[in-house]
Amino acid sequence: MAQSKDEVLAGLAALVNDETGVPVESVVFGKSFADDLDIDSISMMTIVVNAEEQFDVKIPDDKVSELKTVDDAVNYIVSAQS
Amino acid sequence: MTTIVVTGIGATSCLGGNARDTWEALLRRESGIRLLTEEWVETHELPVKFAGRVKVPASEVLERIEIKRLDPSAQLAVIAAREAWADAGAPTDPKERVLVDFATGIGGLNTLLDAWDVLKEKGPRRVLPMTIPMLMPNAAAAAISMDLQTRGGARTCVSACASGTESISNAVDHLRAGIADVVICGGTESVIHPLPIAAFAAMHALSTRNDDPARASRPYDKDRDGFVLGEGAAVLILETKEHAEARGAKIYAEIAGGSVSSDAHHITAPDPEGNGAARAVLDALTDAGVTPADVNYINAHATSTPVGDIAEYTALHKVFGDRIKEIPVSATKSATGHLLGGTGALEAMFTVLSVHEKIAAPTLNLDNQDEAIPLDVVIEPRPLPDSIVAISNSFGFGGHNAVIVVKSI
Repeated sequence: MAQSKDEVLAGLAALVNDETGVPVESVVFGKSFADDLDIDSISMMTIVVNAEEQFDVKIPDDKVSELKTVDDAVNYIVSAQS
Repeated sequence: MTTIVVTGIGATSCLGGNARDTWEALLRRESGIRLLTEEWVETHELPVKFAGRVKVPASEVLERIEIKRLDPSAQLAVIAAREAWADAGAPTDPKERVLVDFATGIGGLNTLLDAWDVLKEKGPRRVLPMTIPMLMPNAAAAAISMDLQTRGGARTCVSACASGTESISNAVDHLRAGIADVVICGGTESVIHPLPIAAFAAMHALSTRNDDPARASRPYDKDRDGFVLGEGAAVLILETKEHAEARGAKIYAEIAGGSVSSDAHHITAPDPEGNGAARAVLDALTDAGVTPADVNYINAHATSTPVGDIAEYTALHKVFGDRIKEIPVSATKSATGHLLGGTGALEAMFTVLSVHEKIAAPTLNLDNQDEAIPLDVVIEPRPLPDSIVAISNSFGFGGHNAVIVVKSI
């Protein structure tokens, strides 16, 4: 089922918080996972695994490295859902 | 010879969430063994429905992220290590001179089996990337090293139920060799899960006294019918006496020596003659520069299995002769259950506290002592003399025997 960008952002922020402890309010558009939120690669991989399940999408391994910002991830998930 | 001393202790167990609470509950003769409330006990129709869960869950102590990133066995190790480090006054030595030598019997079993469940139910893409670093047996040593930022090496000691004691014996060697100024040693285990319960039960190693869990662990009793699975971790901070005195640290006791031997007899059964265990005791005493005649307190391995308790008695009789009847012996697994790779560390801590406070720990559930084991078992806490030479024994599957000698300062 397709979700709005804001709905995906809220769900993604919860996943990021659950995995890394980064506050949900910090996970906003314009932020980089690595540079702004200090999320390491193994945490990012975990977030991707959990996001695939939560949003019922498939994020291929070669796509993961392209998801550098919150915008990248939300946009990818929204387009994959539709 | 270099004198090695204990300057910090930490623990979390089924008796309490720290060393002091654990020790005081033991002295009050409390049992930490309770019925398990998890649904899987009935789902799998397990023949054993009880164990010694930690009294204070790790989730009440650690941050949520730490819980997610560490297997339960490493969580308990970090809790005990933080306590021990603080208790030792947080030594300010260069972190390159602080070494971790830490034990586990099995490692991250819960992580491994949970990940296997995910793989079967949801497929490989759902297996989390942290699975391997959480399940590897060195995870607890690594977690302690990372948490306390120590860089003098993080070694892992694995010898089944002898692991915890072997880790402490190793720590003594490291300090004598001068490769570290402070060693964080001990052990952890957290494998209360249907698979190990089923597997230990399959070998008839576990007590099945489901109607009375608190009385199930009964070393030396005629009606003992197996060990009781416990979980927890204990940590000791060791350093040379000279180093401890130079920094004004409090000293609990001396770890005067240690030794390990191997039976080469059978993968699970102890040598009925007790030769390997006796050799470990004798070698540890020699290492400590004392003789059997000096020993006046014993914390026994005493798991409450029919054959294990007799085999240990046979070994002790070999070493001490008929004088063994006059040496007070504590079997503290009667209260804590058997922590496998963590057990030697917890019992070492009890022995250190016994020596420090000059009090022998009690043994629970000895209603009818096995006539074949005529030991002076400490039932109620009992005063010890001012000058104490104690041993703590641990034996493990694989024929591992480990013994340390704890002396009063």
